[in-house]
Amino acid sequence: MSVFIDKNTKLVIQGITGRDGSFHAKQMMEYGTQVVAGVTPGKGGQKFEGTVPIFNTVMDAVKATGANTSVIYVPPPFAADAIMEAAAAGVQLVVCITEGVPVLDMTKVYPFVKEKGVRLIGPNCPGLITPGESKVGIIPGRICMPGPVGVVSRSGTLTYEIVYQLTRAGIGQTTCVGIGGDPINGTNFIDCLEAFEKDPKTKAVAMMGEIGGTDEQEAAEFVKKHMKKPVVGFIAGQTAPPGRRMGHAGAIISGSSGTAAEKLEAFAAAGMGIAKRPKDFVELIRARLG
Amino acid sequence: MNLHEYQAKDILRGYGVNIPPGKVATTPAEAEAIAKEYGTAVMVKAQVHVGGRGKAGGVKFCKTPADAKEKATAILGMDIKGLTVEKVLVTVAADIGSEAYVGIIVDRATKKPVFMVSAAGGIDIEQVAAETPEKILYVPVDPRYGLPTYDAMRMGFFLFGDVKLARGAAKIMQQLYAAFMASGCSLAEINPLVVTPTGELIAVDGKMVIDDNELDRLPAIAALRDVSSEEPSEVDARNANLTFIKLDGDVGCVVNGAGLAMATMDLVKYYGGEPANFLDIGGSSNPEKVVNALRIITADPNVKAILFNIFGGITRTDDVANGIVTATKANPLKVPIVIRLTGTNEEIAMRILTENGFSASSDMDEAVQKAVALAKGGK
Repeated sequence: MSVFIDKNTKLVIQGITGRDGSFHAKQMMEYGTQVVAGVTPGKGGQKFEGTVPIFNTVMDAVKATGANTSVIYVPPPFAADAIMEAAAAGVQLVVCITEGVPVLDMTKVYPFVKEKGVRLIGPNCPGLITPGESKVGIIPGRICMPGPVGVVSRSGTLTYEIVYQLTRAGIGQTTCVGIGGDPINGTNFIDCLEAFEKDPKTKAVAMMGEIGGTDEQEAAEFVKKHMKKPVVGFIAGQTAPPGRRMGHAGAIISGSSGTAAEKLEAFAAAGMGIAKRPKDFVELIRARLG
Repeated sequence: MNLHEYQAKDILRGYGVNIPPGKVATTPAEAEAIAKEYGTAVMVKAQVHVGGRGKAGGVKFCKTPADAKEKATAILGMDIKGLTVEKVLVTVAADIGSEAYVGIIVDRATKKPVFMVSAAGGIDIEQVAAETPEKILYVPVDPRYGLPTYDAMRMGFFLFGDVKLARGAAKIMQQLYAAFMASGCSLAEINPLVVTPTGELIAVDGKMVIDDNELDRLPAIAALRDVSSEEPSEVDARNANLTFIKLDGDVGCVVNGAGLAMATMDLVKYYGGEPANFLDIGGSSNPEKVVNALRIITADPNVKAILFNIFGGITRTDDVANGIVTATKANPLKVPIVIRLTGTNEEIAMRILTENGFSASSDMDEAVQKAVALAKGGK
């Protein structure tokens, strides 16, 4: 078992002929992901690498191939529309890798995908990987191995760092999810924690947050109330200086929220393990796996 | 990107918001001439990207043009929270009856633009929010439908009992909302929204923060960037497509990815050092980015050691290695460098570095400890 993706995931890649899309399409195929279709408007009827059929629209791709998941590598001005296109075409999961999507676009996209009942991961995220089964996005496959730890993180390379340290120590993962660091994203920590709690293979969860916002505090509250499985947390940006703030609205709506100290306090109050350094995850997780 | 008050006001005027006339001056003589032109009492207001200008002495009431000249002399060149005042706004002073607050922000929690309004506006609005939250009304807006009149009126009546004022405020909120959406804002506010003794509604101060991701499609907004009000090294970095924030420490950090960059700074501090900067070279790599990163970091005389921490995913570590070699051939380093890299094309990167007399480690903690020791003058 795993969360969100597994060996039955049938993937359509939006932007498969672009620079990033084509590179990562090959990487995902090499990893063993079932890449069943690609989409590039105007290139319908062609084949990618001689094997993967390309369609003009996601709707055509889903009809012809039964794709149930989409991954998006299109440039930022087109990303919001690409997400809506995928959600409207009937896939269950949309993963948007694109970085730089305007946040006002996301205020319109978010209710759209919710109303369709579609799960969106990202934007501005590295995607997710279920080691040994399927990879959707850009997380390097060779740093992961199958095992009992669920990983959820707001950042990209920091996730790789911690997953790599776990793998080197012989601790494998059920699924690693990068939810992305944008102010509005489709899937949050709680969605992932809930999924890991339900997943019988996952025995412990490693969670990496960052300064800013209140998602980590709410996640800690969720851990306290609803989770039986152990969770170890880390916050990046403990030493970041407070930014020069303009205007009052941010402070009014979030109060003092968002500092590393406040988030770590919430973790401690929830009985979570706290990694002071990325490498601390190894011993903290090992101790909790028993 | 932050806009200056005068820029935000220009935009809001374009949407019909009632704002007292004002012009920007960069010299005391200009300030005097503008005050003379208006022929009435003016405010001289420092234009810097920081809150608390008034409390720092950067906002002054001036009765006469000579007074405006004198106050502008004091304010221009003033240091407010580390930023030098290069410009002042000279604007017609308003008669203030009462002050309200009207703001809109993209809220992470509701994932929508959310209005915040309060009849208790002015400089202490944060205190109002903390101590008397019932004095603030929050109204989320579904951007697919915009701000409906009934919601705008609800806020108008929350601010004012008088229907004429409530209608006037509702109109201003719809104008503010239109400006917010069209300008790609993450925040826009009018504080204070003043009611004059004669019952007129005027916006006396305005702020806008633009989402950087909007700038490519809004060239007119992007052109408002004022580089004179920013740290020069940060401007240089942005032009080179790097995210850079200058800090006060002595370990210069070059990292790929914001999360890892923050974690690297944290680790420098954990091992007793002080980071000199935050620098994210971003995802897709090319050697040129590394060359620019090294140029920017070595320009800081405080830097005593340089630390590279690269986890190759999209970033190819051989690109980074080539960048380091190219940059240091052109400009030999005067401070020690510690390189940690792992991931995509690691073997090639290690070979390039070794052939050029560098050593590299694949362990993050080891590299950070070494860089901290070197910055302190150790070996």
